[in-house]
This record gives sequence, structure tokens and C-alpha cells, in this order.
Amino acid sequence: MRRTSELLPGEAQFRRVIPAGDYWIDIVKHGETLRIVDVEGNQAADTLFFNAADPSERYSAVDTIRAQGNVYLRVGSKLLSSESRVLAEIVADTVGRHDTLGGACASESNTVRYALEKRTMHACRDSYLLAVAQEDRFGLSKRDLAHNINFFMNVPVTPDGGLTFADGLSGPDQYVEMRAAMDIVVLISNCPQLNNPCNAYNPTPLEVLVWATDVR
Amino acid sequence: MIYQTTIDGGKHWSLTMRAGTSLRLVDLEGGANVGMLFYNPQNPLERYNAPDTLKCQHTFKLTRGHCLYSDMGRIFCSIVEDGVGWHDTVCGNCNRELVAARWGFRSYQDYRNDWTQNGHDAFLVEAGKYGMGRRDLAANVNWFSKVAIDADGAMRFDPGKVAGASVTLRFEMDALVLLHTCPHPLNPAPEYPRRAVGIEIDKAAPVAADDFCRNFRPENARGFANTELYLACGPTGDRSTS
Repeated sequence: MRRTSELLPGEAQFRRVIPAGDYWIDIVKHGETLRIVDVEGNQAADTLFFNAADPSERYSAVDTIRAQGNVYLRVGSKLLSSESRVLAEIVADTVGRHDTLGGACASESNTVRYALEKRTMHACRDSYLLAVAQEDRFGLSKRDLAHNINFFMNVPVTPDGGLTFADGLSGPDQYVEMRAAMDIVVLISNCPQLNNPCNAYNPTPLEVLVWATDVR
Repeated sequence: MIYQTTIDGGKHWSLTMRAGTSLRLVDLEGGANVGMLFYNPQNPLERYNAPDTLKCQHTFKLTRGHCLYSDMGRIFCSIVEDGVGWHDTVCGNCNRELVAARWGFRSYQDYRNDWTQNGHDAFLVEAGKYGMGRRDLAANVNWFSKVAIDADGAMRFDPGKVAGASVTLRFEMDALVLLHTCPHPLNPAPEYPRRAVGIEIDKAAPVAADDFCRNFRPENARGFANTELYLACGPTGDRSTS
């Protein structure tokens, strides 16, 4: 199911373009709405959430999909924490389906997936590690880097238990929006992957927008 | 055989497995679930990574031939034998609230060892024995539990039904193993399911050039290469068993 948003970009309190290979980390407060825009299409937004008051509580893919009985994220999906509390809920989405099975790319998994000699290529995990080091005021470290969401990625499970990396359902200017159910830390890596046809080997920018609680 | 034991249903345990040993799990009565996590004992920040395990092998299920990867591109263990055919690694665990809602809460005070333990708390206890806490938990394996996915993404739980079915893991590097025998979180059984699991630990045959797991996918050959580099150059340990 797709649902467009009534929020106007001109009324957003915050706008930021995240170039491919870069990260964004910040607090989104309870009741605020976060939109992630796939500016040029089929770009992966590798996203993690933490309880800002207690970052040991974090987004949990397994609790989220178990509770909703479905492996794909879409409008109405409640993004649960490791304590099974709601961190945020997807309230608008023009894509229809997002992945939370495939995890983030890492230089180490690139060696396995593609070739040992890919070990020095940039990857989401490196962006995460740089983010938590440069922004250590959030109290995060490698311990906290768990199973993420890949907004705009399409990773269907087949009936016989295969996992496929299909052509994206997303496209230019598609977006997903979620409302924070508590104060959350959002960490996004704009995926730098150059080895996967899912982004046509062409990583492109993302944009994030945040609207205050009282808009709408 | 090095060691053999039985773990009753609804319990937890942990142990360190050395490279070159094997761990066989037996669903003694049918319908068992074994939650399992893996860590590098030399550096517990290296842990089992379910997403990397799935995407590296283009699979949603785990069965014979698959390798269980760490976040560092190495292989903790390989599935060298499997009488089940499909094990889940995306559904996580029951927690206290889920157990209470589905089967009713039975306290230790009232029920002693027949209390309704949950997988999340079981992992916290075992992780704590090694100085780890909730930040160190990750998506776990649920041995013997099949969860199939329909075209729309809905999940369908299908428990193992064959008493005596087993799965055998061969460890390719040293690994700290946390396990519990608490129910799968999607198990709809009317009563809290309590199924015992047999555990058999043995020395594994050396990995041959034509090894099934190593050759199961080209990715696994590279995973073995990463692991062999670590064993050759990484922390020294007593390798007398391998």
C-alpha cells in the first residue's frame, strides 16, 4: 500500500542532503515526522534507530517483523525496539515495500559477496563506524551497530526460502515518512555500494526532512 | 565423542567451541526450538551476523551447505548435516510479555524449574556470564523452526515434526555459543511448548578440498579464505584438537 503525505517541504524545520557514501546522525523528537527522499531513485538508505534517552535500546528488525507477522516494511509498520517498544511508525510511503532482512554492506561482507580484493572499498558499516566515532556524544559504538532497515531496497523472499535482490520498486523523488513515538537517534548511511546492480552501480544522494510536532 | 548431554525444554546454556570441533543438536521428541548466538571469544564485538549470512548465500532459510558468518566476513561454523531442511534466523525470541500473553506467566516461585522462561531473558543471562549485555545481542538462529514467507511477506510458522531429527555444526573458528531451548516466538501451541534437545560434541573431520559447505557457493570459498587467514595470523591458542 502506498500513501502520500500532506506535509509541505517548505514547512519542514530541517532539510539536509546526504551525499552517497556519507552519513547523517541526529535526534528526532517524539511526535516529529522524518521523511527520507530517494532523490534520483533506487538508492539504499541504511537506517538505524536508538532510544535517545537510553541508546542501549535500539531498533530491532527481528522484533519488528515478528510482531507484524510480515517481513516487509510499509505504511503502518511499527518500528520496534529491542525492548519491543515503538520507536517510530511509518505514516507515509510512495514505494510500497522496504527491506529489513539484508542488513548493511561492509567491506568484510563485500570480500565474501564479490571478491577478496574488494576489501578496501567504501561500505555502509564504515560510515556507521565513522559516525559513532565522530559523534560520540550519542554514546554509541560498534556494540550498537545491529541489523538495520534498507529503505528503498527490494529484497523478496521466495517460497522455497531463497533471498533475491530484485530491481527496486523505488524511483526518483519517492519517499518514506515516519513519526517518532519517542525521542530517537536516527543514523543513516547513504549506501556507497559499487558492486550491486540494485542501484545500477550508481550511488546517488538522499535527502532528509523533519517536520515539527505541531504541523499537520 | 567428547561429550553428550540433554538440555530440557525452556532452559539455556553456553559453551566455547574450538575450531575443528562439531556440535550436533537432536530434536528428541519433535517440535523443539534452539535459539543460538555466536561470538568470537577473543573479541566478542565480532558476532554472528544473520543479514550477512543470508545475503552472502542468497538464502532466507538455513540448511546443509550454509555457513554462519560473523560481521567480519568469517565463518563461525558450517552446517555439515541437516535432517530438517529449513531453520529460521529472522524471528528472534519470545520475551517475557509475549510468553505471558500467549501461555500465561508461571513464576519461579510457584513453578520452580517448570517456570515459563523466555529466549530473550535466557540470552541475557548467558551473555552476562561473559561480560556482555543487551547491546551485544543480535538476530539469532532458531534451529528446528521453519518460517516460510508468502508473496505478500506474511510469515508462516512450521515446527519440526520428526523426533530424532538432527543438525550438525562444524566450527571453522573458535566460537562462544549461547543457546536456549525456549519456544519459537511464532509457535501457536496452546500450551507452553517444552521440548528437550540432545547435544553431542565431537572432533570434526578436517575440511577437505571438496568439502560440501566450502563449495556450496563461490561466496563460501571466500569466507573460508578469510577464516583461514585469521587462523593462520590471528590470536594464538591451543590448536591441539584441530
